[in-house]
Amino acid sequence: MVPRRFVVRSSRPDTRDTRTLELSPVDGGPLAFDAGQFTMLLAFGVGEVPISISGDPTAPDPLVHTIRAVGPVSRALAGASPGTVLGVRGPFGTGWSVGDGRGGDVVFVAGGIGLAPLRPAIREVCAARADYAHVAVLYGARTPDDLLYADDLQRWAGEHDVEVQVTVDHGQHAWRGRVGVVTELVARARFDGARTLGLVCGPEVMMRYSALALLDRGVRKDRVRLSMERNMQCGVGLCGHCQLREYFVCVDGPVLPYDALEPLISRAEL
Amino acid sequence: MEPRVIDTAGVQALVDALLARGYTVVGPTVRSGAIVNAPITSVEQLPRGWGDDQEAGRYRLRGRGDDALFGFASGAQSAKPVFFPTEEVLWRGRRTPDGFTVEAEDLQDDRRDDQPGADAPYALLGVRSCDLAAIGIQDTVLTGRRPDAAYAARRAAAFVVAVTCSDPGGTCFCVSTGTGPRPGPGRGAPYDLALTELLEPGAHRFLVEVTSDRGAEVLGDIGSTSATAADLEAADGVADRAARRMGRELETDGLKELLYAAAESPVWDDVATRCLACANCTAVCPTCFCTDVEDVTDLTGSLAGRNRVWDSCFDADFSLLHGGRVRASTGSRYRQWMTHKLAAWIDQFGMSGCVGCGRCITWCPAAIDITHEAAVLRREAAEQEALP
Repeated sequence: MVPRRFVVRSSRPDTRDTRTLELSPVDGGPLAFDAGQFTMLLAFGVGEVPISISGDPTAPDPLVHTIRAVGPVSRALAGASPGTVLGVRGPFGTGWSVGDGRGGDVVFVAGGIGLAPLRPAIREVCAARADYAHVAVLYGARTPDDLLYADDLQRWAGEHDVEVQVTVDHGQHAWRGRVGVVTELVARARFDGARTLGLVCGPEVMMRYSALALLDRGVRKDRVRLSMERNMQCGVGLCGHCQLREYFVCVDGPVLPYDALEPLISRAEL
Repeated sequence: MEPRVIDTAGVQALVDALLARGYTVVGPTVRSGAIVNAPITSVEQLPRGWGDDQEAGRYRLRGRGDDALFGFASGAQSAKPVFFPTEEVLWRGRRTPDGFTVEAEDLQDDRRDDQPGADAPYALLGVRSCDLAAIGIQDTVLTGRRPDAAYAARRAAAFVVAVTCSDPGGTCFCVSTGTGPRPGPGRGAPYDLALTELLEPGAHRFLVEVTSDRGAEVLGDIGSTSATAADLEAADGVADRAARRMGRELETDGLKELLYAAAESPVWDDVATRCLACANCTAVCPTCFCTDVEDVTDLTGSLAGRNRVWDSCFDADFSLLHGGRVRASTGSRYRQWMTHKLAAWIDQFGMSGCVGCGRCITWCPAAIDITHEAAVLRREAAEQEALP
């Protein structure tokens, strides 16, 4: 329950409210992690919140976190300048296990900041691109200004033969891309549902409809995985806050298969 | 070791022997009109002659007109706060010129004298079978997967004197949950000694069963006589009579499936019209384990730290995310509590989270009864099935 100290090495802006920090341990080795896992990140004297890891699992130093400033703690974290020491506990939870998609297609469906937890898995696939057939990244954001990782999106498409499709809820005058919801991208992307592993991360309602859209394309329920968000405090299944019926989302999740989640996320307030 | 027999003076000798070994002895006392656990040094502090009347939303002490030391049902609080204090320091940190330092060790220094844990090791006197089962459940929850070091240390050091329940309350249902009324080895947490109070006129005595070497050692320090066949039979009679006087009943067969299937039952809305979401039930429940963390700082912000405090799934902010509350309605919170306790707990820990102590029924200000609501859900499910 005691945090390790990490120092902020760099901080770069992604959007108006989101920044990506690179952190290195003050003492001890780097934080090995699986793509999809999260840490509890502490701003000293302010508090601690769960943030997914968005770096490269094969090169865990530096520890990379993309943080959207939405509350007092995440504001303090996103605003931490180079040299600031933050506390880190973890990594916690289950990963995407994207390797299960080897030999077939992999479809990543991201909504908003939901691209951050998927990024390590996308990098994992790009690093072993020949092991996979068709790979698609389907990404929806609120506005063009909210799009994360523009460089990555271009690189994945240009250098790693990834089908990258982007849509926004609200276009602006200079926006020449698609306007609409991300589920529409699922309907038209070029993958073969029967051999697809679908990994989905975003707001819960977006994940529900994206999962349904993937099922419509013939993806099996147990081949669709969602990263669930619940109130997490301890990270080790002791505090009880993140419970989703029988699951402690911080330990049994955050990544859970859709066949397990289907009866749970279709019920209000469960 | 064969069962032994002691009298009331023997109970005092037992307390003395435990105190002499350095234990803080915690036993039932009468305080504020209720049976409440507190540190004791004398048998005179036990609730001699006191019983209780318990009903949904009602608790009253009742004079028994005898000298019984343990003639009452579940007290207001179980052993939970002894091992799992309402507030615990996780760590303290200090801001330094180049960041901060964290100190996790020597938390004892940080503990106020009035904070639980400061007086360990504990000897618990008079733990009922339901509460032994609850300690066993908390052992699984708090040390089975990722050990809570402070809890584990307090538990390992503790000496437990169990007691057979002789006068169960109107809200008790330990027979339904298979957790009482008599302590049994292998059922619930291990204990060192078990007392059964025999209240025969002129022969007020206690059968003492020994279940640990430590227990035998302590009992060896005090005078006791061997138990006769009559003593053993009398103790069996106490437990048998108690088992026949359960105030409530809970059908546990298929309860998990019943609750999982009832997620959209109108029962939750009905309960919500009565439930105050006050969290009394989770506070008195001997197995509820949810906690919150509080980040604390001094005025200058140079000292900071985290405390763990009891929390409740009935609290509005329990499920708070930046987008809002997962469980905004009271009905959804009651559903969470009851479904967790009686169903999801089985999937999580291989056991039910309910020990039938009845505290959640007694201490609910709105007299909501978990056994009643379970029966309503069962009736509703049966009616659904009967539909053509």
